[in-house]
Amino acid sequence: MSTAWLVVLVVGAATVLLKAAGPVFLGGRALPPRALALVEVLAPAMLAALVVTQTVGGDEELVLDERVAGVAVAAAAILLRAPLLAVMTLAAACAALLRLLL
Amino acid sequence: MNESRFRDGVLAGLPLALAPILFGAAFGVLAIEADMGRVAAVVMSATTFAGSAQFAAASILDTGGGAAAAIVAAVLLNARYAPLSIAVASIFPGSVRRRLVESQLIVDESWALAGRSGRFEYGTLAGVGVLFWLLWVGGTAVGTLVGDLFDPRAIGLDAAFPALFLALLVPYLRTRRALAAALTAAGITLALTPVAPAGLPVVAASLACLWGLAR
Repeated sequence: MSTAWLVVLVVGAATVLLKAAGPVFLGGRALPPRALALVEVLAPAMLAALVVTQTVGGDEELVLDERVAGVAVAAAAILLRAPLLAVMTLAAACAALLRLLL
Repeated sequence: MNESRFRDGVLAGLPLALAPILFGAAFGVLAIEADMGRVAAVVMSATTFAGSAQFAAASILDTGGGAAAAIVAAVLLNARYAPLSIAVASIFPGSVRRRLVESQLIVDESWALAGRSGRFEYGTLAGVGVLFWLLWVGGTAVGTLVGDLFDPRAIGLDAAFPALFLALLVPYLRTRRALAAALTAAGITLALTPVAPAGLPVVAASLACLWGLAR
């Protein structure tokens, strides 16, 4: 089985179970507070790690290129409460423009 | 299910319809760039049906991070669906099999719109969920078809994804715990990226946060 299919099948199965957790497995019961606290910090930790690897990550090295400028523009747009699609478009446009000019 | 409630749900989702189409297409393009193949990409959108996890998995595969890192990142990102689905558990009618299938319609948007009146409306969740599923899968299919037509770097797509993750991150940063977790994870990832193989820094960062919490 290819790497991609392995990821698709395992992530798909896990997500089906997670979404069914309430309606199928737990009925009306609540998640223990400890598990809830865990979930609350997992997403921000994972997203912050992804921001770093996708902005400056290279092949076992840190790479500073047009992506950094794009993400900086995105950060400004987020602070100005721009919608998600505008944030992504501005980041892409900034990186693309710099590549065209430099 | 109440037919008119379902229709109201579809209508409630329509103003947001552009997002799943464009994000679905963006995922399709990224999946092609990551050599996942068209069918696998569309199947992932149909079964996982969760944007941030799919983007995370595809971008880790794209940068050579390997299956294990992609799976860990995507599953941990989707862990939030456990509390979300538990919150709406009581509104799902019918048999276990039906609840298993229909619980898959829980996505951030359908969940949020269904709860906007203060109590969760099943028709809204189902209506928005079905609409978004169709647009998400369709958008992905279109993205995989046009993905070969242009160079993702030339249009800055590689800057759009970290921007997306940043925009998804910011709303979480209202608590000190979340802020500390995010800063720790970012620091660990930054430190490990030059020395560890692709994919490992992201996993190590999240495990470190779990360890910090478990103490």
